[in-house]
Amino acid sequence: MLSGWGRWPIARCAVTEPGTSAAAGAALADFTSIIPRGNGRSYGDASLNPDGVLLTSRLGHMLTLDEAAGVLECEGGTLLSDIIEALLPRGWFAPVTPGTRFVTVGGMIAADVHGKNHHGAGGFGGHLLWLDLALPDGRVLRCSPAEHEELFAATCGGMGLTGLILRAAFRLLRVETARIRQRTVRAPDLDAAFAIFESAQDWTYSVAWIDGLQTDARLGRSLLFLGEHARAEELPLAERSRPFARAARAPKRVPIDFPAIALSRLPVRAFNTLYYQRQRPGDALVDLYPYFYPLDALLEWNRIYGRRGFVQYQCVLPLAESRAGMRRLLEAIARGGNASFLAVLKRMGAESFGHLSFPMEGYTLAMDFPTSTGNLALLDRLDAITAEHGGRIYLAKDARAAPATMRGYPRLERFRAVRRDYGLVGRLESLQSQRLEIG
Amino acid sequence: MTQPLSPVLIIGAGSDIARALARAYAARGCALILAARDPAALATLASDLEIRHRAAVTLVACDVTAADPEPFVTSLPVLPGTVVMVAGLLGDQAESAADAAVAERVMATNYNGPARLLLSLARRMEARGSGAIIGISSVAGERGRGSNFIYGSAKAGFTAFLSGLRNHLARKGVHVLTVKPGFVATRMTEGMELPPRLTARPEQVAEAILRAQEKGRDVVYVKPLWRMIMAIIRAVPEGVFKKLSL
Ligand SMILES: Cc1cc2nc3c(=O)[nH]c(=O)nc-3n(C[C@H](O)[C@H](O)[C@H](O)COP(=O)(O)OP(=O)(O)OC[C@H]3O[C@@H](n4cnc5c(N)ncnc54)[C@H](O)[C@@H]3O)c2cc1C
Ligand SMILES: NC(=O)c1ccc[n+]([C@@H]2O[C@H](COP(=O)([O-])OP(=O)(O)OC[C@H]3O[C@@H](n4cnc5c(N)ncnc54)[C@H](OP(=O)(O)O)[C@@H]3O)[C@@H](O)[C@H]2O)c1
Repeated sequence: MLSGWGRWPIARCAVTEPGTSAAAGAALADFTSIIPRGNGRSYGDASLNPDGVLLTSRLGHMLTLDEAAGVLECEGGTLLSDIIEALLPRGWFAPVTPGTRFVTVGGMIAADVHGKNHHGAGGFGGHLLWLDLALPDGRVLRCSPAEHEELFAATCGGMGLTGLILRAAFRLLRVETARIRQRTVRAPDLDAAFAIFESAQDWTYSVAWIDGLQTDARLGRSLLFLGEHARAEELPLAERSRPFARAARAPKRVPIDFPAIALSRLPVRAFNTLYYQRQRPGDALVDLYPYFYPLDALLEWNRIYGRRGFVQYQCVLPLAESRAGMRRLLEAIARGGNASFLAVLKRMGAESFGHLSFPMEGYTLAMDFPTSTGNLALLDRLDAITAEHGGRIYLAKDARAAPATMRGYPRLERFRAVRRDYGLVGRLESLQSQRLEIG
Repeated sequence: MTQPLSPVLIIGAGSDIARALARAYAARGCALILAARDPAALATLASDLEIRHRAAVTLVACDVTAADPEPFVTSLPVLPGTVVMVAGLLGDQAESAADAAVAERVMATNYNGPARLLLSLARRMEARGSGAIIGISSVAGERGRGSNFIYGSAKAGFTAFLSGLRNHLARKGVHVLTVKPGFVATRMTEGMELPPRLTARPEQVAEAILRAQEKGRDVVYVKPLWRMIMAIIRAVPEGVFKKLSL
């Protein structure tokens, strides 16, 4: 029984867990229909397929580290958390990181993940030198911006539907410390939040945490977190000799499934208000881990939504439509009254070369909803608003959208053509690709 | 608590248990010598250990069934501080029972070969006055069962060998540890229906071995429940045992 991070939907899947690239290639050929799976941090059904799921957990070796060029070559199943643990003490960090470090390199490529630096650094795919892709016909092709370019463009953001990413090489980011210089800014409403984002474009990292339950004048009330990698000279004197030291904290684990009541409206409102009040505006040096991965400190936090699981909604709207569209989305959510304590707003930079890559220049909004019929209906309304404003939804978060939402991806036809050209239709499939009729 | 003696020679290094062991030793700062029939297949593991843990890793070829272990032992870059014998072969009982050559291979891979090789290393460690010898045996060696007694008897021999070697080296500064993993989810057991509560992951086996080594233990069962189960199985009178279908 497998599911994504949202624990909904759940499917019984035939799995295979090869230990070598050769065995993985053979498995691709053996199964009539299969989908690769990284660390299962996509929320919905992107890495589910009852006929076959290829687990990459044993294909997680780091292969070469070129410290002169700042390039890491590793297998697709390598966990970002392991990479950071090994390389941060040597002054290297990932060029792009999602809000959890428990993802694989294969999953980061397949979703062309974005981080808090998307407005400047773009998606993860833009930092790749090449990737080796195994196809069901037994071939392994090196894809890059210069070789098999169409396959490369389809694979970055292609949600595992173009083959198995065996290996990849990507550029690392030089850092001097394991700290972030963080500036916290309060935005009393949505317009203020947009204004701060636009004026903070030269900050490397920026993200806003929106209180999704505020309405009217306080709609979009948020906290913005801006950040830069701290330089060695910004550390207190006593810490400069050990710029990569960090306090070891054992992660906590959510012990049981929370009962549904725990997430009803009232406590969420209280939590949000408290959080908004407690975060002090101003500058601070914070550890890199809680800055990028606030939720990773609580292992299995997805269990707080109880047995029914939850869905996450994330969409992006083009810049010109963002102001009007975000307002409509937030109003619809607030009216729905659906408890949700994670609402994230972020300015995105230019669109990438990936045919199904999610980001586009504009603003993205993400939040969690406990699975319920009321919430699923609300999400359909959000899809309609997103479409009306020329936006799109993020496949890595999706578990329920209708095929029509794929119209948000104007290069879908080119993606389909790649699938046909390389004989992938019917061979690499997920419950998501079938539901969305990606073909 | 003592640090494991470096470098650590792991024989049968391609197995899942050995890979987990290599990671655990490297994480503790040990240098590694990884021995397998096809050392080239270990290149990805070696680079991973070097990047993750900055471990010094040497790959060497070794077939434990070789009649003479001396060429392998003398070819080692140094006499290791710790040696872990992981190589083993489950084989198929029916095939082993039907074909002497198959049975011979199971016996050679689980007993003759490992014993010969460890003897050769033990002599040198004894002369040096330090070392740790770790053998992965099996609960299958505690009582012969109809369903796998070729493997079981070879492991029984290996267990007896390790206990005798421990006795012999007890006052010579060389620690001998016998490991009985119980069921482990590895390539060896792929496709078998194993009871989850009695089945360990390779990482658990590795951690149990390192802890036992650090504490100077003699025998370790990875899942403690196995110690009880095997005590009961050993206590069943032979007259009754022979009628059970096990
Ligand atoms: C708390 C949290 C925060 C997050 N924050 C962000 C964020 O800020 N930005 C962002 O972009 N995303 C974010 N995500 C989503 C996450 O980064 C993506 O879903 C990512 O793809 C998960 O990687 P994974 O290894 O777990 O892959 P899985 O979830 O297992 O798989 C995801 C997709 O990748 C494919 N895939 C996996 N491995 C391979 C491979 N080796 N070859 C080919 N295809 C493969 C699968 O088929 C599937 O379609 C977040 C998720 C969580 C849980
Ligand atoms: N899995 C279990 O449930 C279980 C339970 C109890 C004990 N054990 C023991 O644990 C050990 C490791 O087993 P495993 O489960 O990890 O299975 P495995 O992957 O099959 O490991 C066996 C290892 O032995 C090696 N080997 C076989 N013949 C060899 C030879 N002639 N020379 C050198 N190496 C040889 C294999 O090398 P190649 O890669 O070259 O084939 C392989 O690396 C074995 O001793 C096994 O008996 C396992």
